Amino acid sequence: MASPFKREKPGPLEYMRQWPLRLIVGSTLVFLYLPLITLMVFSFNDSRRNIVWQGFTFKYYEKALTNDSLIQAFVNSLTIAFFCTIISVILGALAAVMLWRFRFPGKTAVEGSMALPIVVPEICMGVAMLVFFARVFPWPTGLPWPLNLGAITIAHISFAFPFVATVVRARLSSFNRELEEAAKDLGASEWRTFWDVLVPHMKPGLIAGALLAFTLSLDDFVITFFTAGPDTVTFPVKVYSMLRFAVTPEVNAASTILIVVTVVLTAVGLHLQNQNNSKESKA
Amino acid sequence: MTDASPTQATKPNTVVKPNPIISFEKITKRFGKTVAVDNVSLQIQEGEFFALLGPSGCGKTTLLRMLAGFETPSEGRILIDGKDIAPLPPNKRPVNMVFQSYAVFPHMKVSENVAYGLKMDGVAGSEIKTRVAEALELVKLDGYGDRMPDQLSGGQRQRVALARALVKRPRVLLLDEPLSALDAKLRDQMRSELTSLQEKVGITFIMVTHDQDEALAIATRCAVMNRGVLTQVATPADLYEFPNSRFVADFVGSVNMFEGVLEKDEPNEAQVRCAEIAAPVYLDHGVTGARGSTVWVALRPEKIEMHKRGEGSEAPKMEDAPAGANVVPGTIRDIVYLGSETIFEIELEGGRRVKTFRSNLTRYDQEDFTWDEPVWLAWHACSPAVLLS
Repeated sequence: MASPFKREKPGPLEYMRQWPLRLIVGSTLVFLYLPLITLMVFSFNDSRRNIVWQGFTFKYYEKALTNDSLIQAFVNSLTIAFFCTIISVILGALAAVMLWRFRFPGKTAVEGSMALPIVVPEICMGVAMLVFFARVFPWPTGLPWPLNLGAITIAHISFAFPFVATVVRARLSSFNRELEEAAKDLGASEWRTFWDVLVPHMKPGLIAGALLAFTLSLDDFVITFFTAGPDTVTFPVKVYSMLRFAVTPEVNAASTILIVVTVVLTAVGLHLQNQNNSKESKA
Repeated sequence: MTDASPTQATKPNTVVKPNPIISFEKITKRFGKTVAVDNVSLQIQEGEFFALLGPSGCGKTTLLRMLAGFETPSEGRILIDGKDIAPLPPNKRPVNMVFQSYAVFPHMKVSENVAYGLKMDGVAGSEIKTRVAEALELVKLDGYGDRMPDQLSGGQRQRVALARALVKRPRVLLLDEPLSALDAKLRDQMRSELTSLQEKVGITFIMVTHDQDEALAIATRCAVMNRGVLTQVATPADLYEFPNSRFVADFVGSVNMFEGVLEKDEPNEAQVRCAEIAAPVYLDHGVTGARGSTVWVALRPEKIEMHKRGEGSEAPKMEDAPAGANVVPGTIRDIVYLGSETIFEIELEGGRRVKTFRSNLTRYDQEDFTWDEPVWLAWHACSPAVLLS
């Protein structure tokens, strides 16, 4: 009989109540998050060298927020991410619908080549972009903001939209073709059917894809590094250049802000997607 | 054998006008090399509740989808009210469909689902409102307009699909396996509701089903299809009692089938000799087949009587058959008690097993016969159906 003072022994399948799994889960979490937590904690460190804890301060947040070139880089990053997201979602969704809907010669080749930007090493993509914008399609310099960000935005779209296409394609495979036929049967044209039936079904995929595209663009360093010019510095590139002089808590503060922005956006996106999913899983 | 000419609707409240609302003219549909529908010609009258019946893959759904516009016939014409509908896309056809999965739009409220078709037709807002309310009342879903589809049961979702199609007042309503996704109890209820709904709205219904019970119970007329070919078109009763082929006899209901040779064929009597039945099979009508040709005798289990066969007892005499015909000895080998009736499996002398049903008319009837009991099987001269193909 289980006494109220003694905890019941874990059952054979209750792995989460046994120490081996707890150890693995615990250490995984530590390895995943300890560096991030350290980074955040040391952003409050009152020390220029940022090696030893000297005391708590918001000083470096102030400094980061008043650093014009850092702010400019952050705004650049957000602007690029914004346009990259919109265009990637449109392109990705259309590509996904095409691959889902139609059969055409060379479909497998198209599908494979679309996954290429996902598998090609980023450094190669970066060099390729550098050559492309230097030789094939030189982006005019000296354009007013935000047009000067065009090259970077195009580069980001080229690697972000395949992710969107993949996510949306997966979502589409659960689509009930009869819904489409029902809409047409009730008098809807091809175009109306697309907007009234297909797009609402794709919505969670579109949101997830947009989120992916946004975060991929926001924190991309390698490809951006090869396509950025002196007047088009993005946040990650700026942080890298700051690091070359000294690891000050200002870098930590800036990074913390970026982490918070990304986490909040991801949470919002996932929340929206969950709402949609739970609505439909019952339907 | 009576050549079952399709008689008009036999059900009381259905008004069938002798006006072919739909005609399929020599329709053939090929998918690559497979022929899904093979040269089907069929006319459906206004006001009918018509069933397309057949095993899966027989082409019945393809036929329905061609009517709705989701498939294009490879050959032949489909006419609705005398007009060829080939050039019309699905959204312009005067037919509406209730899909097998119901296809209720999951992101729209019930009322929005029902209103969708009217909105597409550009019906005025105020009229949409009244018509949606009417349609929901018709399917007994009044008060459910503001619900989302995920808050409804399967049966309710089907009603939404019905209301959504009926609200457009189509010339013909198409139903793709309407009852297959419901559980047994709900299916029975929905069966009678579909019939009364059809009587109320007076629209021609065409239903696709693989369930012969469903077709017999609901339809005024059925078409049986097999491998893309239309096998027989008849009322449910004619289909069951006067099948025109082994396939129909076997597919609709349960049957004992014997191969035999036509021995005698006069205008008002015929006789078949079957290797597996000791006695000759006598019929009180002609068969119109060549004498000596191979035929098949189909005998429904409920049309076989069972009598006790004690030590040295004489064979019972069927008054409508010559002595010795239509009576065979056998032994009970299996008994399946189903409550309302009991199924007996009887082994004939040659080893062939025959099924027979026996209604349990009193509470003790099921005790009358037991395993390995010798019995006589007998049937009336008008009971067996002789099939030439």
